Amino acid sequence: MSDIAIRTEDLTRNFSSLCAVDGLSLEVPAGTIFGFLGPNGAGKTTTIRLLLGLLEPTRGRAEVLGLDTRTQAEAIRERTGALLEHHGLYERLSAEDNLEFYGRIWHLPAGERRTRIQDLLTHLGLWERRKETVGSWSRGMKQKLAVARALLPRPQLIFLDEPTAGLDPVAAASLREDLAALATREGVTVFLTTHNLAEAEKLCGQVAVIRQGKLLAVGHPDQLRSKGSAPKVEIVGRGFNEETLARLRSRPEVAEADLRNGHLQIELRGDTDVAPLVRLLVNAGVQVEEVHKGKASLEEVFLTLMKEEKE
Amino acid sequence: MIGDIWTIMWKEWKEWLFRWGGLRKEGGLLGVLIFVGVFGVFMPLQMGRAWVDSPVALSYFVWLPFFVVSTVIADSFAGERERHTLETLLASRLPDRAILLGKVGAAVGYSWGLTMMSMILGLISVNLVHGHGTLLLYPATAAWGSAALSLLVSILAANAGVLVSLRSHTVKQAQQLLSLGFLLLVFVPLFGAKALPREWTGKLLAAVATAGPTKVLLVAGALLLGLDLAFLVTVLARFKRSRLLLD
Repeated sequence: MSDIAIRTEDLTRNFSSLCAVDGLSLEVPAGTIFGFLGPNGAGKTTTIRLLLGLLEPTRGRAEVLGLDTRTQAEAIRERTGALLEHHGLYERLSAEDNLEFYGRIWHLPAGERRTRIQDLLTHLGLWERRKETVGSWSRGMKQKLAVARALLPRPQLIFLDEPTAGLDPVAAASLREDLAALATREGVTVFLTTHNLAEAEKLCGQVAVIRQGKLLAVGHPDQLRSKGSAPKVEIVGRGFNEETLARLRSRPEVAEADLRNGHLQIELRGDTDVAPLVRLLVNAGVQVEEVHKGKASLEEVFLTLMKEEKE
Repeated sequence: MIGDIWTIMWKEWKEWLFRWGGLRKEGGLLGVLIFVGVFGVFMPLQMGRAWVDSPVALSYFVWLPFFVVSTVIADSFAGERERHTLETLLASRLPDRAILLGKVGAAVGYSWGLTMMSMILGLISVNLVHGHGTLLLYPATAAWGSAALSLLVSILAANAGVLVSLRSHTVKQAQQLLSLGFLLLVFVPLFGAKALPREWTGKLLAAVATAGPTKVLLVAGALLLGLDLAFLVTVLARFKRSRLLLD
């Protein structure tokens, strides 16, 4: 198998005057959980539809598992699983029948089908409730079942379109844990779209940021954090005043210094030493209790990218 | 391909018959029992021996599939679209034709199966109550003719239903369009025939009378078969995955 699971070149899709995906060139390494981040309407769902061959590109091309989406879409769908925007479960049928149906679609032999369904449902804690109609289930349980359905035929690649959207924090965390465990166990490549940046940070080995169909950045979350925004320092203490803030701002290594909720937030220019700044504060009479130095969160990088693109 | 078609049919029947767990709530199975009870027990017992002898009774079995199909076929694509299950199905490995033929096959099997079940049960009911020791049977030509025409009508209605369902956003919209189509199919020939000059209708009726039931059934069958094929070709040509995602 190639090292690249997905490759797109200038992939573009227009709907009348709207350009949903605009010249997207991307490579997704095999065996990773790849996060595709963007706000609502950024073109994430359209990209998945293009990669599955459900839509034809207006321009450009895409290869999934080495297969062309225009000419080999059926072969792509044979090797992939998907949890799309909606869970797509048959709510009048039982959980077991939903999986049975998709197991038959993928021509899993009866014995293997039964074993696989039991294995996945047991792993997700749904085996005892397999006979219940899905319509009576909570959203979190439905999403878990939809993940099981996507993994049922042991695909090489799965597309997950905002799998935790609309779930309460407990259900979302539980699904995230199951997803990570299953992806590792099955050795599957995961293409995950989300606008939940904490989720991407926890799950993804690589992320790409998209806005209005255009790719803004791609890389490991750490790389993006170091590229996208300067290091920050948060200082907890007492005795901050305008004079000390002004003195801090006049230092060459300080890009910005502000008080937020009583905490001093300093944005540095480059990876500089914090000790001189702490000394300055102590000398000015500030009682320093805690100092935290760190890189910007993925969320801050994301917001910076969105802001830059708007400007 | 056959296996894939069968898989779709299995899922459709399971949804129609055992929705919400059998007889509870909507109860697809309950609907089947009511239908078979009315057309396989109640009406035959009301009509008595005439249920077997009269061509009017057998003509029920020709038009019944229209109504049975219209209750389920709108659900095929419009229903899946409305319940957001269509895109996941389209993202599966199933070939286009397997999805399409599976949906048509399920509707045809369901409506024709119900009709035949009612026809057989009707015969049993009449024999049990009105037979008085003699075996009553449908006239052979009428029985085979009804069964064949019923199948062809089922196929026609299913294809028309799929065609409408392909582009409808909701089941309600699909059902409204289908009902309108079926009304036109019934009333246009009815009023059209009345608009014909008397001389022509007289000649037509005379021709039907002299041709005999076998020829009439064959002509009707050939016409329906032609229509079935025309609809099937249209449906196959119009079924494109990318066109089915309307949102």
